[in-house]
Amino acid sequence: MSAETAIRPLGVEAVTRGRIRRTARRGAVVAVLAVLIAAVFATSLMVGRTFYPPADVVAVILGEQVPGASFTVGTLRLPRAVLAVAAGLCFGIGGVTFQTMLRNPLASPDIIGISSGASAAAAFAIVVLSLGRTGVSAVAITAGLAVALLIYALAFRGGVAGTRLILIGIGIAAMLDSLTSYVLSQAAEWDLQEAMRWLTGSLNGSTWTETVPVLLALAVLAPLLLSQARNLSAMQLGDDTASALGVRVERTRVIVIVAAVGLIAFATAAAGPIAFVAFLSGPIAARIVGPGGSLLVPSALVGALLVLVADLAGQYAFGTRFPVGVVTGVLGAPYLVYLIVRTNRAGGSL
Amino acid sequence: MTANHSLEVQDLALGYGDRVVIESLDLAVRPGGITVIVGANACGKSTLLRSMSRLLAPRKGRVVLDGKEVHRTPAKELARTMGLLPQSPIAPEGITVADLVGRGRHPHQGMFTRWSREDDAAVAAALEATHTSDLAERSVDELSGGQRQRVWIAMALAQQTDLLLLDEPTTFLDVSHQVEVLDLLTDLNRERGTTIVMVLHDLNLAARYADQLIALADGRLHAMGEPAQVLTEDSVRAVFGLESRVIPDPTTGRPLMLPLGRHHVLEPSGLAAEN
Repeated sequence: MSAETAIRPLGVEAVTRGRIRRTARRGAVVAVLAVLIAAVFATSLMVGRTFYPPADVVAVILGEQVPGASFTVGTLRLPRAVLAVAAGLCFGIGGVTFQTMLRNPLASPDIIGISSGASAAAAFAIVVLSLGRTGVSAVAITAGLAVALLIYALAFRGGVAGTRLILIGIGIAAMLDSLTSYVLSQAAEWDLQEAMRWLTGSLNGSTWTETVPVLLALAVLAPLLLSQARNLSAMQLGDDTASALGVRVERTRVIVIVAAVGLIAFATAAAGPIAFVAFLSGPIAARIVGPGGSLLVPSALVGALLVLVADLAGQYAFGTRFPVGVVTGVLGAPYLVYLIVRTNRAGGSL
Repeated sequence: MTANHSLEVQDLALGYGDRVVIESLDLAVRPGGITVIVGANACGKSTLLRSMSRLLAPRKGRVVLDGKEVHRTPAKELARTMGLLPQSPIAPEGITVADLVGRGRHPHQGMFTRWSREDDAAVAAALEATHTSDLAERSVDELSGGQRQRVWIAMALAQQTDLLLLDEPTTFLDVSHQVEVLDLLTDLNRERGTTIVMVLHDLNLAARYADQLIALADGRLHAMGEPAQVLTEDSVRAVFGLESRVIPDPTTGRPLMLPLGRHHVLEPSGLAAEN
């Protein structure tokens, strides 16, 4: 095609082959994840105290009246499973966005206080202000953005250093979590199930009222985030390199932060800060996709799968029913410890 | 792609916060040449390079590329004409050489456009030019310092710009790799006509490889011109506060600076007195 092609056909072929190999792996991972999500989603609609065959489930989804199934599947299981997928997608993509942008796996919104902010605000809005769904979402997203801004401002000293931002974020997360506990302690009639939602995240008692705002947020904010995927990849090389490649770094950063915080906050307002999903999805996706390329989509899918599986396991795998956040918390905590130990060995610079 | 571009700095003032780094600077980069900027630590070399490539907005004055103000040129448009390799770019963990070099194609791609054969050809050509084709599938983490620097230059080449700015491309390299990198840049300049502007620490390598040498002192232009005019004992004293002897390099004929410290110099007074 061009002059170079004519001179070095072998080199170009090799480059093309390598690129196709990398893309093919990513494609395969995305496809497998999507199939797994579909399978677990279907399973979670069918199984439970009563088993409903696929035919019944399909009938309910198509709007037919099936005795028993219409209520159990249509009202209880379906919104819950949809919220699991939607919240998982939000946490997965929001988490990896922060981890990529700040070039640090610890810089996930659930570690640096953004989820805690949204969660504390949501709990406050419900318990103290008695707001409705829209109000709760609005308060949660405002608090998420405010926390992001606060951390950014506190960590800013002629540029934002990753380590400082993470340490400040961890401190703020601790303060906000204690605020959540305090708010919950003030609500006498508050039951443990609902408290768990705001402390570790739970899908118990989810209805379409919680689920729909998350779906809308995904429809608007996820494409916005994906439109910045390439700029984000360039920013992995450092701000100066990215600018030299024609990326408008500050503009990209603002768009990406607003979109990612928005997704996290909407999901948190609906399901609570499902522990460690945002934190785990990116690194898991990176492991299976391999280095290079954008992790936004694979990570979102990993998030959805994590929440679905953890919720299913939490409901039926043990003698007691555990909220989803307890299960993901058990999975995530050892990884956090591993990461801190590993970075300590590597020289202590987070 | 040998279009010669004019890059000029007019009455430029730069700074960060309260600190003024460059007060007032006028200079013109030689089109199609290799320009090397030298000066003492913290004299504003890197700051100047960052401003030339639109990374730092001027306090006053402007940077003009082909008659257009750089800071008013859209980022992507500028990135197709002028590339910059910063001092310490970051390689994402585990990234392969080919993938990293491919990132240089960013300004030629739209938000959702697919990779084209042209992109692959540019990557292959960049790998070839920097002798890194064999490393294409290796992870950047595993490479030696010299190899890594060649890979970063390959990334900047994949950008296919007629102007290339480099901030201390030889730092952290041993002497053989320093020469290797500078030879590579000279090849690019001669074979493709790429205009090169770089900051170098080593005065002797600067004098050897530069067509045009720019010496900065305290945020001002001290001297600009052929290496033989710029690298003199007087200018070394003025710019670095160092006594030295400058002799013709027996291998290249370019000026060669020999610093006179307080020790080990035979008849230091005699040498100094000659000048």
